[in-house]
Amino acid sequence: MHTEPDTRAPRVFPSTRESLVRAFTSGDPGVRRAGFEALVAAYWRPAYAHLRLRWHQEPADAEDGVQEFFTVALAQEFFSAYDPAQARFRTFLRLCLDRFAAKAHRAERRLRRGGGAVHLSLDFAGAEQALEVLAPGQSEEHAFDREWVRSLFDGAIEALELECHADGYEIRFEVFKQYDLVTDGEAVRPTYRAIAERLGIPATQVTNHLAWSRRRLRVLLLERLRELCGSEAEFQDEAVTLFGVDAA
Amino acid sequence: MSPISGETLRHLQRVLEEPELEGDRYRLGPLLGRGGMGVVYQATDLALGREVALKVLRPEFAEGAADVRFRREAQILARLEHPGIVAVHDVGMLRDGRRFYVMKLVRGARLDDSSQRRSLPERLRSFLRICETIEFAHVRGVIHRDLKPGNIMIGEFGEVLVLDWGIARVLATQPEEAGAAPATSPAAGDTASGTVLGTPGYMAPEQQSGQIDLVDARSDVFSLGAILRDLAAESDPAPRPLQSIWRKAMNPEAGDRYSSAAALAADVGRFLDAQPVQAHRETWPERAGRFYRTYQTAILLVLAYLTMRLLFLAGRGF
Repeated sequence: MHTEPDTRAPRVFPSTRESLVRAFTSGDPGVRRAGFEALVAAYWRPAYAHLRLRWHQEPADAEDGVQEFFTVALAQEFFSAYDPAQARFRTFLRLCLDRFAAKAHRAERRLRRGGGAVHLSLDFAGAEQALEVLAPGQSEEHAFDREWVRSLFDGAIEALELECHADGYEIRFEVFKQYDLVTDGEAVRPTYRAIAERLGIPATQVTNHLAWSRRRLRVLLLERLRELCGSEAEFQDEAVTLFGVDAA
Repeated sequence: MSPISGETLRHLQRVLEEPELEGDRYRLGPLLGRGGMGVVYQATDLALGREVALKVLRPEFAEGAADVRFRREAQILARLEHPGIVAVHDVGMLRDGRRFYVMKLVRGARLDDSSQRRSLPERLRSFLRICETIEFAHVRGVIHRDLKPGNIMIGEFGEVLVLDWGIARVLATQPEEAGAAPATSPAAGDTASGTVLGTPGYMAPEQQSGQIDLVDARSDVFSLGAILRDLAAESDPAPRPLQSIWRKAMNPEAGDRYSSAAALAADVGRFLDAQPVQAHRETWPERAGRFYRTYQTAILLVLAYLTMRLLFLAGRGF
């Protein structure tokens, strides 16, 4: 494990990538499938939360619902009908899910998987545990949006960890985890000095590692967001949801 | 990895947006607000020991056209030295590559938050200060292009500040601009034809339709008319001459609007002084009403005298 800070600055801004949303209209089945899998990774948890909170489904039914929704979406190419000029992709997907849930009959939910269908390996227990009760005045759409943001963050954090390990800079992620990923809130967030003592590094390196990790996480988040949007305007609009919580 | 908790998520959302100022001249304070491109924080200038406002580009805008516009905004503000335009103290780039600039910290309320507590003449006097500021910018070839109540600040002492010059356009070189910095030339970072920037409801038709070449000082006059409409609408009913003024300012045809912010201000000034306004042809009852409001005290005194006189004469007759 390296303990010296890397002087190489992380690439600060995400490059423009092909949108996953556009991948649905690709003539290449491989591209369509890759796009679909990335999309499932970002949206299965919001979909689960939506079925649980908006449609009041039991956990087992919501699990089945999510599996079936994405499987049917792939088989019937739901998402190729998306028009970026009409709505955000997030809104479009939620409306597709609402239509699907409204039509679905309990007896029909048992999936007839086969052919090109996929079985999604998803951590529903974790999603159920993370599900937050809606605060008074919050809509079910709020829960969907919140889970979508959480999914993006979880994916980017996972990618950050993998990058740090691949580059031999596990210390960066460790500092980030110990400071930014504390689960019990501000009251127990350790000081930089405490982390430095725990990890046996100077406090200045805690600052550097933390700053580097946050910069890189910001890049990874924006890259993922760009992939999930159909246009630059949608990307900029969605980024407002991604960042900027008016926390004190 | 299990999903992050809601509290961790909110912490990350906040710290990823915050500018990274560790070890710099500025210490970050509370969030003051968000604009179209940037986020504004209160900050402490440790070198000079004073509170300032620090505006940083939002993460998603950190490159491309928005980055250029943000830099131009700081340059435009720096060259427009006027009491109605907030002074820029410093510009720079954060370690994460985002641009920021530091400006005077203005304490007060947005025009749309503060106007309800003030009388119509007070609101109109603030409007005249806005027009003066915009006229100053126009004379220097700068068109604001996003004038709306949310971009006007009324300071603690009644001072008026026009904010958010992020999509301002610098017109062809004005006499004063000889030798101006190249980055403020008309083409540098300016909006391409067909691009619509601004706020619906306050944007002139030529701006809304993306006809960038047709956008000039009269486009800002349209937006000023919309602001005047909002200010006057809080008085129910709004006086007809005032309605005529904002309707003229908001005429869909640029050629039929006031030719400048100064001309618009002059007409509002005439209204405040109870003089006939250019935008409105008075009817006889309106003229009589204005005459009465102007000379109310004298008229009442004369009427009182005449009444007394008549009563006196009537008393003698009996």
